[in-house]
Amino acid sequence: MASVSETETAPRAREIAGLSLARWRAIGLAAFLLASCVLPFFLSNYHNLQLTIVVIYAIALMGLNLLTGFNGQISLGHGAFYAIGAYTTAILTAKFGVPYWATVPVAGILCLLVGFLIGVPALRLEGLYLALATFALALATPQLLKFKPLDPWTGGVQGVLLRRSASNPPWGLPLTRDQWLYFLCLAIAVPMFWAARNLIRGRIGRAIVAIRDHPVAAETMGVNIALYKSATFGVSALYTGVAGALGAVVVGFVAPESFPLFLSLSLLVGIVVGGLASIAGAIFGAFFIEFVPNLSDELSRNIPTIAQWLLGYTPNVAERAATAAQWTIYGLVLIAFMYLMPTGIAGFIRLAWARLTRSRGKHP
Amino acid sequence: MAAFLHQVFSGLATGGIYASVALALVMIYQATHHVNFAQGEMAMFSTYICSSLIAWGLSYWIAFLLTLAIAFLGGLAIERIVVRPVEKAPVLSVVIVFIGLLVIINSMAGAIYSYTIRPFPSPFPTDAWYAGSFINAHEAGSIGVTFAVLALVYAFFRFTPLGLAMRAAAQNPVSSRLVGIRVGWMLGIGWGLAAAIGAAAGIMAAPIFYLDPNMMGSILLYSFAGALLGGIDNPWGAVIGGFAMGVLENLAGAYLVGTEIKLSVALIVIVGVLVAKPSGLFGRQLVSRV
Repeated sequence: MASVSETETAPRAREIAGLSLARWRAIGLAAFLLASCVLPFFLSNYHNLQLTIVVIYAIALMGLNLLTGFNGQISLGHGAFYAIGAYTTAILTAKFGVPYWATVPVAGILCLLVGFLIGVPALRLEGLYLALATFALALATPQLLKFKPLDPWTGGVQGVLLRRSASNPPWGLPLTRDQWLYFLCLAIAVPMFWAARNLIRGRIGRAIVAIRDHPVAAETMGVNIALYKSATFGVSALYTGVAGALGAVVVGFVAPESFPLFLSLSLLVGIVVGGLASIAGAIFGAFFIEFVPNLSDELSRNIPTIAQWLLGYTPNVAERAATAAQWTIYGLVLIAFMYLMPTGIAGFIRLAWARLTRSRGKHP
Repeated sequence: MAAFLHQVFSGLATGGIYASVALALVMIYQATHHVNFAQGEMAMFSTYICSSLIAWGLSYWIAFLLTLAIAFLGGLAIERIVVRPVEKAPVLSVVIVFIGLLVIINSMAGAIYSYTIRPFPSPFPTDAWYAGSFINAHEAGSIGVTFAVLALVYAFFRFTPLGLAMRAAAQNPVSSRLVGIRVGWMLGIGWGLAAAIGAAAGIMAAPIFYLDPNMMGSILLYSFAGALLGGIDNPWGAVIGGFAMGVLENLAGAYLVGTEIKLSVALIVIVGVLVAKPSGLFGRQLVSRV
């Protein structure tokens, strides 16, 4: 009898407050979506802009996470796809008069093609070598964007300016421009995340993960590695390209120096902190890379004051630290996460859930 | 023709810098199969240290040697403290830790020395006997320093017991441990040496490229290209590859693509070599057991 009652209580042991993990997830997701729909009406335009950029980063990080987190292909150069997406939108709207909303799918499809084509040589590059090649791509991107023969389209060093009034809310909606763009980005991000989730949960997703975990076994099971790897590269580039396109619309300006090596590295920081191979991780990561620089800015503005208080004088270093604080924090966070929390914030939440429910099972 | 020769010689001078950094990369790669993305930033930081030492009134060559010693200790410390915990971790973790290091060293240099570009002295008088019509004194001098470094490294690995122990540790860690070599420390010393070689390259590069926290970005890229071109597991190949990249970069910049997008030459070489001949020109073909 005892064994029967135990098997009956076993599933209940994985619940908190009578609700299962799946229920909690659904509730969390609903609350999150509701909050993301309501919040813009209570925020200033500046904070709305920040929130919009979080949504854009989340799309880009989802793309990078598909490739690096789920498929195990390391890319240190996703800023290049972000740049291609941004430039596609900028050139099409500014030089050819295409409406901005129509350029987003074009940017996505272009990046899909470019990503697929880059994915083919990437097949021969495993792990470290792919990291090297994409690192080179990230370093060379600003220079490539200055390529002289393309100047009539790319505007060279000056870049391209987009007309801000073109992206005002349509149909006389009672929204500010920032609110409208926020909802537009959200309306694009939600289906893209839904699609990514379905992709990962299904047969294709299992193949993608199997290639990361054991390529030989995956191939023996009949997975076409070459096709899947380049296709993942393409889809990943599509996500990041769409993010770049939206970024260009929101910021209203593109220039070669907007896409330095550090953009690619920011994206890497985002997926590591948010959680490799996790869909929610892309969202956590996006919040991190948008808001931590601001926080560290605040912090570094206080460094001279703190130094004054601790040392009794303000060293020169303290003032210069303002510019460096963001990236020092990024670097420390990267290394610390690799040592302490290799699965990122999303993995930490999963782990915390497992701990909580397990201790309940032990002490009923 | 004179212009062409000038391009070739100044290419050899920057090529010497790439060769040194490529050699540093290969040393770490041979021992641990890691590619150190922070190699360039370590060299940059050492160059700043040298600059401070000179500013404090030390003579150039004393500052140079002292910097090499500091760089050695710094490299050793980084290996022991930061890299050791991820020694056996998957590639992605190692790459991320190296990127973290790159970012930290870069922003620390920015915080301590500021992001303004500053000049750096050359120890070679402009009217020295080795300055010719195709090559200026600093270029000739830095080629000389590169060769001196290479000769020292060769002598160290070839003729000293410690060098032999380090080669053994890199080639066969398990057997080396059985005969009493402390493999972990050998790796640490390897990192120290790589850092010192990088520092020498950085100090030679600074008068040409000027000193700023981002000076090593393109140097690192050409050095990667050089190391891959020569074969990333072959030190001599890497050195030849580094020199070749220097010349190739200058010629392509002058006659082919223009100086503005010279970096794409490195990109093309990296991708081309990796796709067409991943083991490089002089590297060993890699065979792995499934």
